[in-house]
Amino acid sequence: MAAKVLTVTSGKGGVGKTTTTANIAVALAALSYKVVCIDADIGLRNLDVVLGLENRIVYDVVDVVEGRCRLRQAMIRDKRLPELYLIPAAQTRDKNAISPSDMVRLCDELRNEVDWILIDSPAGIERGFRNALAPADMVLVVTNPEVSAVRDADRIIGLIEAEEKGPARLILNRVNMNLVKRGDMLNAEDVLELLAVELIGIVPEDEAVVVSTNRGQPVALDGKSKAGLAFQNIARRLNGEQVPFLSLDEKDGFFARLSRMFRSGGA
Amino acid sequence: MAGWLEQLLGKKDKSAEQAKERLKLVLIHDRTDLTPHQLEVMKNELLEVISRHVAIDPSAVKIDMAQDGREQRLIADIPLKPANARRR
Ligand SMILES: Nc1ncnc2c1ncn2[C@@H]1O[C@H](COP(=O)(O)OP(=O)(O)OP(=O)(O)O)[C@@H](O)[C@H]1O
Ligand SMILES: [Mg+2]
Repeated sequence: MAAKVLTVTSGKGGVGKTTTTANIAVALAALSYKVVCIDADIGLRNLDVVLGLENRIVYDVVDVVEGRCRLRQAMIRDKRLPELYLIPAAQTRDKNAISPSDMVRLCDELRNEVDWILIDSPAGIERGFRNALAPADMVLVVTNPEVSAVRDADRIIGLIEAEEKGPARLILNRVNMNLVKRGDMLNAEDVLELLAVELIGIVPEDEAVVVSTNRGQPVALDGKSKAGLAFQNIARRLNGEQVPFLSLDEKDGFFARLSRMFRSGGA
Repeated sequence: MAGWLEQLLGKKDKSAEQAKERLKLVLIHDRTDLTPHQLEVMKNELLEVISRHVAIDPSAVKIDMAQDGREQRLIADIPLKPANARRR
């Protein structure tokens, strides 16, 4: 096995990196891959709660780097899936406790053990981001259809290219189709034209994300919600499958489809 | 036909369209590290140098920043005045 290291980053904070990392990890694990996710947001640990694994933490990534435990001991297994593990961030440590070369070493140790290593990057362009980027084979940039998030995504994509980790691939998260249709939200086409990168997923704004995060049950555990399905599709695209982008139409029920059929029949 | 024009004009009013246009300009300046003012100064200096060697009509000159993938280009279109016009 030779794992692929996938880093999820964004520039701007709060756009959905942790949600994306957790859900892609779950979706890849459901495709029977062996997956490890690493929370690189030292001091602001969150991937554990989003995955619902917060009560099982004993050791963290800084303990591994500083030799207080073996790598295996810091890997928390998610019992819902055959082979999904989390290496949590340290919560109380100084965020400079880890360096980019520590992260490269850590990932190299894991490379022969698993299929995918997912790294949840902190926001910003400082040490934490450098740590998350250093071992990456592939980088996903998460953004929202909103001016400051797109601007910061552009900056981060430039930095990723400068570090020769590109081309980054884009996830457009929290798309509200009603606003897009009204002309009050940038659509995927607009954002791609501005950023000139490859798109790997469009994730709708979805209440199911809020509910599932409350419960510690990532939406991608089932494909019942639109967001869950969107994350599952991203995992399949990462796996090399050609999956068409979802129609994010709110009224995509039976009647909407029926009326579309009639309309196209009449035209 | 009139509806088509209206739609086109109306689109400019939508906030998403404004966001896109504003972002286009912001990204140019973020990527090149040039402010609109610096760009203007550079244009004027360029014109000054060129007109030292050939005759140009400053009002016909177009110098603009364009996006090509993730690269920015400075595109200059500078019509030269015919040589015989200059000799006269
Ligand atoms: N598609 C979505 N629909 C609805 N809510 C969402 C969606 N994606 C993310 N959220 C919510 O947005 C908030 C921020 O998400 P998240 O913590 O994943 O962002 P982040 O980029 O990791 O933030 P930070 O920069 O602080 O690490 C969370 O409350 C999350 O539940
Ligand atoms: Mg986060």
